[in-house]
Amino acid sequence: MSELLKVPTMAEFMAQGKQPEVLFWVGCAGSFDDRAKKITKAFVKLLNRANVEFAVLGTEESCTGDPAKRAGNEFLFQMQAVTNIEVMNAYEIKKIVTACPHCFNTIKNEYPGLGGNYEVMHHTQFLKTLLDEGRLTIEGGQFKGKRITFHDPCYLGRGNGIYEAPRDLIRKLDAELVEMKSCKSRGLCCGAGGAQMFKDAEKGNKEVNVERTEQAIEVKPQIIAAGCPFCNTMMTDGVKATNKEGEIAVMDVAELIANAQDL
Amino acid sequence: MNYIPSILFAIALIAGIGYFVKNINKLIRNIKLGHDVDVNDNKPQRWKNMAMIALGQSKMVRRPIAGFLHVIVYVGFVVINIEVLEIILDGLFGTHRMFSSIGSLYGVLIGTFEILALLVFVSVIVFWLRRNTLKLKRFWANEMTSWPKSDANYILYFEMVLMALFLLMNATDVQFQAMNNGNIISEYIASWFGNTSGETLHIIERIAWWLHILGILVFLNYLYFSKHLHILLAFPNTYYGRLKPKGQFDNNEAVTKEVKMMMDPNVDPFAPQPESTEVPPKFGASDVQDLSWVQLLNAYTCTECGRCTDECPANQTGKKLSPRKIMMDTRDRLEEVGKNIDSNSGEFKLDGKQLLDDYITREELWACTTCNACVEACPVSIDPLSIIMEMRRYLVMEQSAAPMELNNMMTNVENNGAPWPYNQMDRLNWKNE
Repeated sequence: MSELLKVPTMAEFMAQGKQPEVLFWVGCAGSFDDRAKKITKAFVKLLNRANVEFAVLGTEESCTGDPAKRAGNEFLFQMQAVTNIEVMNAYEIKKIVTACPHCFNTIKNEYPGLGGNYEVMHHTQFLKTLLDEGRLTIEGGQFKGKRITFHDPCYLGRGNGIYEAPRDLIRKLDAELVEMKSCKSRGLCCGAGGAQMFKDAEKGNKEVNVERTEQAIEVKPQIIAAGCPFCNTMMTDGVKATNKEGEIAVMDVAELIANAQDL
Repeated sequence: MNYIPSILFAIALIAGIGYFVKNINKLIRNIKLGHDVDVNDNKPQRWKNMAMIALGQSKMVRRPIAGFLHVIVYVGFVVINIEVLEIILDGLFGTHRMFSSIGSLYGVLIGTFEILALLVFVSVIVFWLRRNTLKLKRFWANEMTSWPKSDANYILYFEMVLMALFLLMNATDVQFQAMNNGNIISEYIASWFGNTSGETLHIIERIAWWLHILGILVFLNYLYFSKHLHILLAFPNTYYGRLKPKGQFDNNEAVTKEVKMMMDPNVDPFAPQPESTEVPPKFGASDVQDLSWVQLLNAYTCTECGRCTDECPANQTGKKLSPRKIMMDTRDRLEEVGKNIDSNSGEFKLDGKQLLDDYITREELWACTTCNACVEACPVSIDPLSIIMEMRRYLVMEQSAAPMELNNMMTNVENNGAPWPYNQMDRLNWKNE
């Protein structure tokens, strides 16, 4: 399959004197984490299918600085931000899409103050636009009637008020979208934000991801849909911790759409 | 004519309002200990937020039961206070029910007040039961012992007593009952006094009247010492609340300056530093003076309802972090600093204490997932997360005191451009895997 993936870089576009429609910001998880790489590929397949002229920065991409900033290291964050902004401004990037809500939030909200002004979209928003414009179509067969619950990523939902784009996509699969008791603006965190992903939790009586997974299990889903590589990891671990591995799959919304396409 | 009651009343009124104003000035001075922050943008949106969130209680009703009861008490408080105007004028001029001359409209007004008074009385009892008998979890958290717990109950007792006195005062007012205009609730209470002589009724009425207005003045002055300050500060606090997306954290300007200088190839690193008398800025916050005045206003506005803590993922899973405690600690420390200034003739004397460690522990700060659930939950636009972030910044940038795993993560970001130890040159390898 992999030879079918077309993943041009900004440098290649530049060499041809062309400008892509959109920059796909892959992010660290999407580049290095084994689970998240599958999300990256699923999204690229959809971009290829829809004939979107996109490019990635490849080896010129670097961490947005989000985990450093949330950990309190403003220096490191701004160093990362300014470096990335220099690269992107040199390529005259106008529009960015990313499958990571942390990258999305940081580039969209925190880069403008440091000289980086771009139109930034989360991949669920971007996919929805492709569907609305008819550049991509979904035949819902595979997920018809499946119970899917969507876990809101904090930095997409509460952080930026985007609740409907991922849900609209799930509805288009003819799936049965079921909501957890705390969802949308009151959605419970997966436990990874604020740089928690990279450290052990403080002493408590439960892990946050287990609590959240239990909330999901309450509504008896066959699939827990996520829109963030970190949430994906946390929910996958939560499903394992509650011994539901055989019954519940954790999938990114892009993977759901790509699977529905038989890609 | 006997002037003594009028004079006594005027003295009580001046003393009550005077002491209140004195404390409000202290409150403003304490809030101004915070550094300045620009909140002059987008005034229409700010007014709208105040109208919707504070005046319109839009966030209170997200929890329907508490929200409904709170709206009753809130509307009752605002509307019944119109009656206080008459009471004050009567008290000063020795008149009796000065406004009753307006006729049937007076009955409509007083009738409304009486119905609201009864509703408030009942709601407050339900509030008390929720807090003390049902023992809702958020009212029994670790930080809700001693004073915070008593404070909450005192407020409820105050309101019960004030409403009861208002109805009793109307019920024992023989003239008012004879008018039969607006005594919609008090007529039933009046019937309990069927055998009481007119003389006794008059004495009870006077006592109720005086206790009611004195109670209001005492309650007014109680505010400064209580979480109940929210009835005033909710308005400025929602006005100055954040307008930016919740996910957007401020970029520290002092850091931006240094980073820009580091990245500028034209800067000569060996150039002599200009003599500067400017105190180098402290990065982040270790004490209340390092926070912004909006954050300090937040602390005074908090009424300790605990919705933030209730929604906090760290708190829900048994960690020590409680966003409500962050706000309570900030206020307690600010009060301590204020008292320090008072007793040292206007100057703060170092007391060997600070907000960090002496009030808020590192364990609490590091348990936060920055998920914004607390910010979303607050019915009066308080932002506990911003305080947590400022304190993390101090820990990391001033003290290099991050947990070891986070130091590893940051070293990776610095060296490899990723939070994990992968080479940046391998960033596109997934394409061919």
